[in-house]
Order: sequence, then C-alpha cells, then structure tokens
Amino acid sequence: MSESATEKALSASMERPEIKMRGTNVSVFYGAKQALYDVNLDVRENSVTALIGPSGCGKSTFLRCLNRMNDTIDICRVTGEITLDDENIYAPAIDVVELRARVGMVFQKPNPFPKSIYENIVYGPRIHGQVSTRAEMDEIVERSLMKAGLFNEVKDRLHEPGTGLSGGQQQRLCIARAIAVSPEVILMDEPCSALDPIATAKVEELIDELRVNYTIVIVTHSMQQAARVSQRTAMFHLGNLVEEGPTEKMFTNPDTKLTQDYITGRFG
Amino acid sequence: MPEAHTVTSYDDELRFLVRRLSEMGGIAERMVADAVAALVNADTASAQRVISEDLLLDNGEREVYDKAVIIIAKRQPMASDLREIIGSIRIASDLERVGDLGKNIAKRVIAVHTMAQPRKLVRGLEHLAELALTQLKEVLDAFATRSPTLANSIRERDEEIDAIYTSLFRELLTYMMEDPRNITACTHLLFCAKNIERIGDHATNIAETVYYVATGEQLAAERPKDDETASMIAPPPGAA
Repeated sequence: MSESATEKALSASMERPEIKMRGTNVSVFYGAKQALYDVNLDVRENSVTALIGPSGCGKSTFLRCLNRMNDTIDICRVTGEITLDDENIYAPAIDVVELRARVGMVFQKPNPFPKSIYENIVYGPRIHGQVSTRAEMDEIVERSLMKAGLFNEVKDRLHEPGTGLSGGQQQRLCIARAIAVSPEVILMDEPCSALDPIATAKVEELIDELRVNYTIVIVTHSMQQAARVSQRTAMFHLGNLVEEGPTEKMFTNPDTKLTQDYITGRFG
Repeated sequence: MPEAHTVTSYDDELRFLVRRLSEMGGIAERMVADAVAALVNADTASAQRVISEDLLLDNGEREVYDKAVIIIAKRQPMASDLREIIGSIRIASDLERVGDLGKNIAKRVIAVHTMAQPRKLVRGLEHLAELALTQLKEVLDAFATRSPTLANSIRERDEEIDAIYTSLFRELLTYMMEDPRNITACTHLLFCAKNIERIGDHATNIAETVYYVATGEQLAAERPKDDETASMIAPPPGAA
C-alpha cells in the first residue's frame, strides 16, 4: 500500500511543523482599554488552530489581528509583530487588500452578498484581477463550490440569490467565497454558531478537508468542536494567552487549572 | 473533588459514581474477608451469604456503567471529568471481579473441609488474604482522596503478595506429595490462593486507574512481578 501524496505531505508537516503565521508580543488596545497582553502564538501550516476562552477573553481580537480586520476600528491600536511567511503584516509596505486575499475570513453569521450564488464567488477574484473571461469565472465558481462541498446542492441554481439558501448552505457559500481568491490562511470566527447540528457537521467535515491545502484558525465557543476539528488549541483569558498545545492534550490533561476549569465547565 | 461545576446537577451525577464505587468497594472488601473467614472456620452458612452477596456487586457495576454512559452523552465531559468517568467504569469492573473471586473462595469452603486437618494449611492463606485486603482497602482510600502517591506505592507492594503466593504454592505442593489424600483439599486451596493473588492484581489495576484519573499520566507498563508459579514443577517422587 502506498501513501497518497497528501498524506505524505501531512505527516511530513506533523514532523516538522512549518510556522505559517507568528504573533510576537501582540498587544491590542481599544482606546485606553487593553484587550490583549503580549500574546506569543504560532499558527502552523496545514493545520487547524482553535482559539478558545470565555467571552471577552481576546480570542476574536487576536483572530482579527491576523488579517488586520482591527484596522477598521478607529480607536484600535495593535503593538508587537505578526508575520505571515516571516513577513511583518503590519509593515507599511503591506497592501492590506492583498493581505486579506491571502488571509481570508469567515464570520459567525453567514453573510452572502445580496447577489446570485455565482456573483458571490466571482466577486473577489474579479476585484483582485484573478479572473477576467467567462470561462475562467465558470471554472472558479465550480472549483470553489466543489471544495466547499456545495456544488452538487446548488449547481442548478447558480444564478439565484445566495440569500435564498439555507443557513448551513449560506455558510458554506461564504467559505467557497473565501476560497475563491486562493487564500493561504482562512480565519473562522465561530463559523457554526448559527447552524444546526447537521450543517455544523458538514462545515466541520469541510474544515478537515480544507486543512490539506490551507492553514485554518478558528474561534469557537464549543469545546467539543475545538476538540474535533483542531490539531492545536490556544486558551485565552482576560486578554492573556493561558496555554497552547496539542488539542488532544488540552482536552484530556491540560497543564493549567484555568484551562481545566474552563473546559470542564467550572468557570467563575 | 475539585471545585463545583457551573451546572450543579453535573456534580451530583459525578458524586453518585464516587458514592456507588465506595459502596461497591466496601461490599467487595467484606465479601473477601468473610469468604476467607468462612474457609478458616469451616462456616458454610457464612460462605453461603458471601455467595448471595455477589449479586450486589453485579448490580453496582451495571448501575455505574449506565450512569457513566448517560453522563458522557449528556455532559460531554472533558479533561479531569472525563478521566474520572472512564476511571469509574474501570474500577467498577475491577470491583465486580473481586466479588467474583470472593464468591469463588466461598464456594470451595465445603470441599476444603472434607479433609481432616486443613487448619494449618489455611493459616498461610489467611496471611495472603490480609495483605490483599490491605491493598484493596488502601486503594479505595487512594481513590477517595485521588492520591497518586498512595496509588503508586500500592502498586509497588503487589510484589509481596506474589512472593507469598509463590511460597504457598510450594507448600501446598509438598502436602500433596506427602499424602495423596490431601490432593482434593489442597487443589481447592491452591485455587483460593490464586483467587486472592488475583484480588491483589485487581487492587493494582485500580491503583493504576486512580493514578491516571489524578494525574492524566499512565504509570509505566512494567510493574514488579514475583509470581514464579507459572514455571514451577514438583520434584519426581523419591527425588528428595
């Protein structure tokens, strides 16, 4: 029996983890209020990193630093360094629009554009100049929807509004839209919290498949989800990174009492 | 127990498991002690009581299983809670087996006392049983206090039981060679001794489980072994 190329690549990346993104002494301030304190966290390539912690712990803030979504908030200030492939993404030379094409995002509530399924997918590639002909657009729509596991469900109604899909389908459409611009990293902010268990299972299955080609960082309030989909887990509390490690260890025998209390439901 | 869960009924469910296991532990201890006492005193009535008590442990084990499965389904436990629930399932099985072994000793009481002079033979067995019962009692304390240190020291001590069992094995073999009329009773006593030695092994299993529940780490696979009876042979008649 021969291992597939993907499996080989995966097992190789397990042995020598490549760091895709690295946060060094990251602090975030909203006005005078500090939301993150000197966070040092690595995001490994082709793996899923889960960020967990109670509400207000800073996990979403950290996630939003990874593609400079916090720039959209006027009073927000980020210090420290975040690199993508060893390049500081807060350096002046960085084009934020290009950065967000490389580091895509999927939000808590499915938010398709009020346009057709087809237009939802081609919008990004078109503004980034990645596609121009009809054939190229058709191809990227099919490929993105395939990867998001949605193609068979919507192939006969590509020109109907994306908002007409079910919640779970809308979220997978948003994932397809994020994939369409060929990102390297996908950030997910509670991608399943508005979905039913079956739609959640489909998205989780998708996350596992996407890991082969992308690096994923996911914020989730569901401990079980973090345990199921991620390889590494980072626990935040009051703006501090409490603990980071292999997911299996985090959920069976965490090092800190804080993590233990949080994941077993003994908080506060 | 660590501090309380936000959902208090979760704590009640976990406490139920702990309470049920400590009851089972008490019953198992008493059954073994009574079975050995019945053997020593040729008390068939007491032996009969031990045999009927085994049902309590069978039911206890089933109840722990059922409740544990429900907690897992309902709470999706993590970390120390998960280890505790899995540990409870394992400990319930070990205690149920201890009960079976105690029952088996009780069943042999009548057969052993068909022999004229079993007293002196039974004495060695008494000592073995004392050691095994101490192990069992202490391991239940280790579980109640979640003490990995105590659990580890109990496991180390299993060696002693194995050594005494080996010497008892040798002694019984000698009696059988002395007088073939002893064979029936000695064979039964040999099984009783083996049962008690097995009880020590179950105490060791529980100690390992307690250690895992408390620390999240497994003890090293190798543990002291001093039971040499598997390779022991009687010298041919006339050789001595």
